[in-house]
Amino acid sequence: MTDKTGTMLYLDGVSVAFDGFKAINNLSIIVHPAEMLAIIGPNGAGKTTMMDIITGKTRPDDGQVLFDGRTDLTKLDEAAIANLGIGRKFQKPTVFESHTVWDNIEMALKKPRGVFATLFYTADAADIARITEILETVRLIARKDDYAANLSHGQKQWLEIGMLLAQDPKLLLVDEPVAGMTDSETVETAKLLKDIAKTRSVVVVEHDMSFVRELGSRVTCLAEGSVLAEGSLDQVSANPVVIERYLGR
Amino acid sequence: MNAILFLQRIALFLVLTLGLAVPAQAQIADADLLPLVDALAPGNFKDREGAIGVLVTTGDQRVVPILEVLLEGELYFDDATGKVVFTSAPSGKGTISDPVTGAELPTLTEDGLEKVKVNNGLRRVLRTAIGQMTLLSEDAGVRRFAAQSILRDADPAQLELLDSAIAAETDDDIQLIMQRARAVIMLKTPEASIEEKTAAVPIAQAIGGRDALNILTTALAGAPAELQPTIQSAIDGLARDRAVWDVAQNVWFGISLGSVLLLAAIGLAITFGVMGVINMAHGEMVMLGAYTTFVVQEIIRQNFPGLFDWSLAIALPLAFLVTGLIGIAIERGIIRFLYGRPLETLLATWGLSLIIQQAVQRIFTANIREVGNPSWMSGSFELGGLAITWNRFYIVIFAIMVFLTLLCVLKYTAIGLHMRAVTQNRRMASSMGIRTPLVDAMTFGLGSGIAGLAGVALSQIGNVSPNLGQGYIIDSFMVVVFGGVGNLWGTLVGALTLGIANKFIEPYAGAVLGKIIILVLIILFIQRRPRGLFALKGRSIEA
Amino acid sequence: MITQALFRALDKKAIWIVAILLAVAILVPASNLLLPTGHPLRLPNYVVPLFGKYLTYAMLALALDLVWGYCGILSLGHGAFFAIGGYAMGMYLMRQIGTRGVYANPILPDFMVFLNWKELPWYWYGMDNFWIAMIAVVVVPGLLAFVFGFLAFRSRVTGVYLSIITQAMTYALLLAFFRNDMGFGGNNGLTDFKDILGQSISAPGTRASLFAASAIALALAVLACSMVVNSKLGKVMVAVRDAESRTRFIGYRVEYVKLFAFVVSAIIAGIAGALYVPQVGIINPSEFDPANSIEVVIWTAVGGRGTIIGPIIGGILVNVGKSYFTGAFPEYWLFALGALFVVTTLFLPKGIVGLIGQYRAATTKREQHDRGDPTPKQVEAGVDPQPNPAE
Repeated sequence: MTDKTGTMLYLDGVSVAFDGFKAINNLSIIVHPAEMLAIIGPNGAGKTTMMDIITGKTRPDDGQVLFDGRTDLTKLDEAAIANLGIGRKFQKPTVFESHTVWDNIEMALKKPRGVFATLFYTADAADIARITEILETVRLIARKDDYAANLSHGQKQWLEIGMLLAQDPKLLLVDEPVAGMTDSETVETAKLLKDIAKTRSVVVVEHDMSFVRELGSRVTCLAEGSVLAEGSLDQVSANPVVIERYLGR
Repeated sequence: MNAILFLQRIALFLVLTLGLAVPAQAQIADADLLPLVDALAPGNFKDREGAIGVLVTTGDQRVVPILEVLLEGELYFDDATGKVVFTSAPSGKGTISDPVTGAELPTLTEDGLEKVKVNNGLRRVLRTAIGQMTLLSEDAGVRRFAAQSILRDADPAQLELLDSAIAAETDDDIQLIMQRARAVIMLKTPEASIEEKTAAVPIAQAIGGRDALNILTTALAGAPAELQPTIQSAIDGLARDRAVWDVAQNVWFGISLGSVLLLAAIGLAITFGVMGVINMAHGEMVMLGAYTTFVVQEIIRQNFPGLFDWSLAIALPLAFLVTGLIGIAIERGIIRFLYGRPLETLLATWGLSLIIQQAVQRIFTANIREVGNPSWMSGSFELGGLAITWNRFYIVIFAIMVFLTLLCVLKYTAIGLHMRAVTQNRRMASSMGIRTPLVDAMTFGLGSGIAGLAGVALSQIGNVSPNLGQGYIIDSFMVVVFGGVGNLWGTLVGALTLGIANKFIEPYAGAVLGKIIILVLIILFIQRRPRGLFALKGRSIEA
Repeated sequence: MITQALFRALDKKAIWIVAILLAVAILVPASNLLLPTGHPLRLPNYVVPLFGKYLTYAMLALALDLVWGYCGILSLGHGAFFAIGGYAMGMYLMRQIGTRGVYANPILPDFMVFLNWKELPWYWYGMDNFWIAMIAVVVVPGLLAFVFGFLAFRSRVTGVYLSIITQAMTYALLLAFFRNDMGFGGNNGLTDFKDILGQSISAPGTRASLFAASAIALALAVLACSMVVNSKLGKVMVAVRDAESRTRFIGYRVEYVKLFAFVVSAIIAGIAGALYVPQVGIINPSEFDPANSIEVVIWTAVGGRGTIIGPIIGGILVNVGKSYFTGAFPEYWLFALGALFVVTTLFLPKGIVGLIGQYRAATTKREQHDRGDPTPKQVEAGVDPQPNPAE
């Protein structure tokens, strides 16, 4: 495979099996800095398991997972990986419901994560400005003192994206960001992600083809735990195997 | 085995064998035999011993029951005539009959009867005599029994009789026992030659177990110098065997404890596996099962004493029903309102356990109650060098049966299929049309019912008290934690491992420290396998 | 930085609790010591240590609340930390007896003489010094919590699994402390105390001081908990409680957050135990009984977990009720306690404090309704989080 230096995320020959079932089978993916990659594929293709592997939730049985061309992610746990600069948005939005919108962002804000640093933390002017800015970006500034539990589904998605921004990651893993969003919100999200991808690497998993088209990025189609096709959306969706296995005729 | 039981067995045995009307080998005329029998009555113990000797020489099989009855201390004689008689009921009551002919003797009355007295010395003589009498019987069972009794007593005086019996014996098994008896007698007899004794050592060693060890150790003390190394090496061999048997005995104790833990934990594992709920009142279900047995036995004792041996057969389904229904009531009344809040369920069921304990204490008082063993569960038997009590043995069998039944229920029935589905993915099962509330109620009922069964079993190995369940609950938790959830095999392996580990640590560390060590080991074990030995793997399990 | 954190701890509610506790710390001893016997406002002698005991229970409940109410760790073994703190204090008190014991041995406590021990076990050295004993009160429960918590949290034992393991921990300690050769007096524990800091332990003045010390310790515990809970760490703790793995994915080391809460909580429990022992005059292995630890859970639940005031109210209320019940209808106490467990979990998930909150919310709702404001959706503030899996 190609040279691993200069890559943001480098997966080579990754496999994992659950009780004999191969969820990921010899998967190889590369993401470069400041690049967006959209991943499509049928249910059970291993998209979420792939994210679990990258973020340290699942250990691969085999293969290499490198961040920034050198850090072996298979040796680290979730918190360490998050602190390296990998942010993840989950398929089902998970925000901290008994905290306010503001507190959710404040907790995610890139700051020392140690126990005592957190205990004695006080938000300074720069932090407040940064949180305000993020809340404006995700259009939740008016609801900053509301409990996250009271947000609508779409607003929770936005809040999670806001938390992702607050972490200031180098690599964002975004799992189905537009599920439950209206069309205009979807367009806004695509715009936001494209904006983010100017400076960071973004991996988006999505089923919504119009959204993927909107992103206009490189596309990888997964099926049964390995790569089925790669290229632009047009190339991939013209691929007969992809049509057969995923898109349908 | 206690003495009374032993005598009962003999009596039963004799009734059975003699009932077949074995033709006597050497039968002499009634008229000749009667005075010899009557000679048992007069004189002192010494005279009686002589009379017994004379009777034995007749070789008449009809003498055996008479000596038997005498051994039990139930032989009587008429004070006036000096005639020795049988009575149909104990303590000289009932109809009086002739011991030889069996004819009733209406002329004699109970008041005129007096007991033929026996003492311990005479009892020993009697046993030997009976052994000799029966050693030549035609019935193989009688001969075997006699050979064993001679082996036990090993009276050198019987050597001659034994030799003739060995020569006549056709059954290899019985002959082996006789050979062993002979070897033991040889070792005991000072006059026997060195060659004979040397030949006897391996035969005695082959008896095995503590008996052989005792025989050889005794022999070693009195043995001539040239024989000692032979005996010593035989003793060493036996000691090695003993060590192996001790390990086996520990394994057996461990299996026995493990089966109890399995019974107590398996219901817990099911409810925890399917519902993710810890039922802190599970121990109280066990306790209620034990009290059900107690109540059943009390009713039987008072109303139908003849059914006592069936008490467990009645108590088992009843305990299952009682605790199962209480379990369903708990699920419907409390737990279903606490779904998704396992910690609260834990607290609520703990509260229930307090209430149940206190209620039982109010009804049955805090005193410990004794539940009896049916006759077929009392006593013990030996398997090689193992002493196994029947009640423990049956509980192991019972635990295996419960386990297998449950396995089949889960595997082959509709409710089992539903339960497995809910264990693996509750939401999915629910959307496939499985009525999860019903499954939960049934699961809880089943788990509690099995706890009730465990209670019946526990009542057979210990006393019953309101806090019976508390003693087992933490151990059961440990089994579930160790074995992992969602797999019955995990519970089985967990229970047996903990049971055996406990019994192996106990001799070195003592019971209490052993328990502490086990608890610490489990806490350390969880480091490596946080979800137990047989945890389900995959994406869905992590939440 | 630290002053800011301290300042934050003194929010309005915490100030009130601390003020009330300090007032109690002064008023109760004053009433007992200064007012003449027979005065209607004078608290009788026996009441002072009784109330003192309630305060230590409240402190234990508060300690549990820090891990359970805020961090989602239901410890069923907190009684162990309480008891260990108590034993450390008991060892000090035991060494103070000196030659006044039955066997009049200047060094060895009576039970050791009775067991024919010739010298003091190493862990009893220095325990005749009050300050060394006080260090033990803090360090030993803290250390146990650290080791246990480190092992448990690192391997991600959570939920009911963790509860069972904590229960096993206190059960193992119960068995251990029953053993004579542990050197803690076995079955009988430590008792027959005479002096504390040179003062007779049964003197009214000493008892009043111990009461005041308990009230002040509780006030300090309230401050400490309030400081933790109101910090960003407190928010992370709640985040761990509600969505543990999500918290991991934004980069917090959940195991350290839990470990911190667990250790702080154990230390508070240990101090509570140390104050408890001189006021009741005995410490024995039954304090390790798992049933005791579960009882603490219900105090916290009744008062209202996830709040600072809740466990204090619950700890005092349930124990006052227990004192009354076990005196008036001893045979019904366990029924009442059992029912309390069931009723609280079913009908009062947020405890008494939650009930008051609900009542308040209902009144404001009515007012808002009258004013025509839109009703805000009621938030499950803290208690009863919906299961919130990470995916």
